[in-house]
Amino acid sequence: MMKKTAGLLMILMLLITVSAGYADDSNSMKEDGFSTSYSYNYDYWGDVQMTPDPYRVLTVIDSSSLGLEQLDNLSINNPQGLFARGGDVYVADTGNNRILQLNLDGEKVTLTRIITEISGAEPATLNGPTDLFADEEGNIYIADYNNHRVIMANKDLNLMKEFRKPTDATFNQSSEFLPSKIAVDVAGRVYVLATNVNKGFMKYESDTSFTGYIGANPVKIDMADYIWKRYFMSREQRAASESFVPTEYENLYIDEKGFIYATNTVFSEWELKSDTAKPIRRLNGVGNDILIKNDRYPPIGDLYWKSESIQYGPSKLTDITALDNEIYVAVDKIRGRLFGYDSQGVMLWAFGTKGNADGAFNRPTALDHIGYDLLVLDGLKNSVTVFTPTEYGQLIYDATDTYLDGDYDRSAELWQEVMKLNANYPLAFRGLGRSMLRQEKYLEAMDYFERAHDRDDYGRAFKQYRKIWIEKNVLWVVLILAVLLLIPLILGRIKKMRWEVIMHEHSKVRH
Amino acid sequence: MSTVKSVIEPTAAERAERRRAWLDRYGKSLRYALHVITHPFDGFWDLIHENRGTIAAANTFLFLFLLTRVLKLICTNFQFISAPIQHINVFEEAASLLLPFLVLCVANWAMTTLFDGKGRFRDIYMGMCYALVPYILIQLPMILVSNMLTFEEGSIYTVMLSLSLIWCVFLVFVGLMEIHDYTPGKTFIFIIVTIVGACVILFLMLVFFSLLSDAVSFFVSLYREIVFRLN
Repeated sequence: MMKKTAGLLMILMLLITVSAGYADDSNSMKEDGFSTSYSYNYDYWGDVQMTPDPYRVLTVIDSSSLGLEQLDNLSINNPQGLFARGGDVYVADTGNNRILQLNLDGEKVTLTRIITEISGAEPATLNGPTDLFADEEGNIYIADYNNHRVIMANKDLNLMKEFRKPTDATFNQSSEFLPSKIAVDVAGRVYVLATNVNKGFMKYESDTSFTGYIGANPVKIDMADYIWKRYFMSREQRAASESFVPTEYENLYIDEKGFIYATNTVFSEWELKSDTAKPIRRLNGVGNDILIKNDRYPPIGDLYWKSESIQYGPSKLTDITALDNEIYVAVDKIRGRLFGYDSQGVMLWAFGTKGNADGAFNRPTALDHIGYDLLVLDGLKNSVTVFTPTEYGQLIYDATDTYLDGDYDRSAELWQEVMKLNANYPLAFRGLGRSMLRQEKYLEAMDYFERAHDRDDYGRAFKQYRKIWIEKNVLWVVLILAVLLLIPLILGRIKKMRWEVIMHEHSKVRH
Repeated sequence: MSTVKSVIEPTAAERAERRRAWLDRYGKSLRYALHVITHPFDGFWDLIHENRGTIAAANTFLFLFLLTRVLKLICTNFQFISAPIQHINVFEEAASLLLPFLVLCVANWAMTTLFDGKGRFRDIYMGMCYALVPYILIQLPMILVSNMLTFEEGSIYTVMLSLSLIWCVFLVFVGLMEIHDYTPGKTFIFIIVTIVGACVILFLMLVFFSLLSDAVSFFVSLYREIVFRLN
């Protein structure tokens, strides 16, 4: 009897431990092999360091908070696109074939209007709009996916321009024009990411003429693949394999300076680890990637993952946005995490998780920003989460901004504040080190740079320190050098003399 | 007669005398390393055949080699080597060099002894330890030097490090040639054969230990089962 109870108890305890192991994985992703807190960062060794939260949830915008249910009983359904400018937020409510225009003022959200049709367009109604853009004057660009067009409408929703399938020979005329993501630069040029196009982004001039592609991956010739296809595949197989064309880019964003930030989710693991995949790119006018990567690890989101699978593979960065200070933020749809990088490619913070709580995501689809606030659209939760920086996050931004403005002393003060909140922050050490270097406190600067593993700046500080040290101790240095040089010289002379004396005695004896 | 007597009952004076002689020989064999690394052809020959080296000196060099290696990881300036100190196990690092070294010595002895190599295992071990001396002599001071340089001036550091390695490899080659009385071509072939042999030894060790752990775990579980039944 005793034995049976003990056995039952053991099984029960085993179950409890196992279930406890599973219970808290909503936040930490234990079976991924790498448990993290909500907010974290990677240190020089790539180890996860927990950090204070850089962002907090300001408000969550969903159908009920907008009062959509009372209005027309159509709650937001599978939203794909998000755009924010000033206080205006546009949501592409793809499932309901409409655009929601909201106004965000602090925590207060009001529904400005619902856009369902563009007068003058043919057809006037939207059909599965996937993305949109609004320029300074309030003109709206809409990627009208299922109507195979990109519409530009003015403030009053009258049709201005229409961008359609190019008649150009470079575009496969047998396939449809399916614009999924769009971005517009200052000159009114429209960049379109279209499904089934693998030549990069399609570029339209402001007069709606198609002028080519930008940012295509250079073609890699795989010898083995070529031989296999050429000699071992039947004609039918070859045709079938060619019709499968993955879209390589996932999303795009045009920053203040007119460069295109793009994310890419089609790659294999080894490409990511050797940094040939480049999941985040910054394309210049001719489509070359000019993203700066000065950190030890390239900007790829999470550095570790268990294996390539739908749920636990490498980060799939589904959207990107660039703040005004060249800090860019990307969102991972696999684990619902946001990653912030500075202009040098150094990770500033990472936070987020999967789940239903505020601040967690089910399937993030789009990301945009207003000032330092971040807006994340969730395609499954049908909501927009608005994040605002915490004191910690704001300090990081302020320190970065003041440094870029050249106010180094103020920047150092701010980094000092950051360090009070997070003593494991390499950027804070580097910022403080630079300030110390400017104040000619070389030894302190060296200490900070060593903590930040900043080799170049350490060298700069150390050179000065060494120079001063030698100037101070020049007497001793010369003395020691002289002694080191003279002692062997004298010893050699003595040996020689002794040898000569011996030889002399020897010769005397012989004679 | 006197030797027998001293073995049975060494006087204090005799003991002191013997210790002094040993120390003298040890010191000489240590200093002889400088001759070996600068005149390897004569040096290695005399080391073995003229009995100029001692195992004690060889052990010292091996120990210093491991020490240098560990110190290098820990004390070199972060500009040149940034080892994750929080993850380093000093003994593991030392063992990861010691084991291959010994396995290679054993493999070399096992192979050359079949193909009329003249060296005994003792000779091979001693010779290889003496061949490590440039590594110690150059890399130990370079740890200090690394803390006096900036990364831009680091070329002198890397040049010295590669110099020490090239020197060591050269000494190993010449050492094996002299120890076994081989021609250069034969030495080269047997270095490759030694590496293959070492791999075989490692494989056998792996198999042996995994089988051993299986066997041990079998008996452990058997014991547990019996204890469980008896209760």
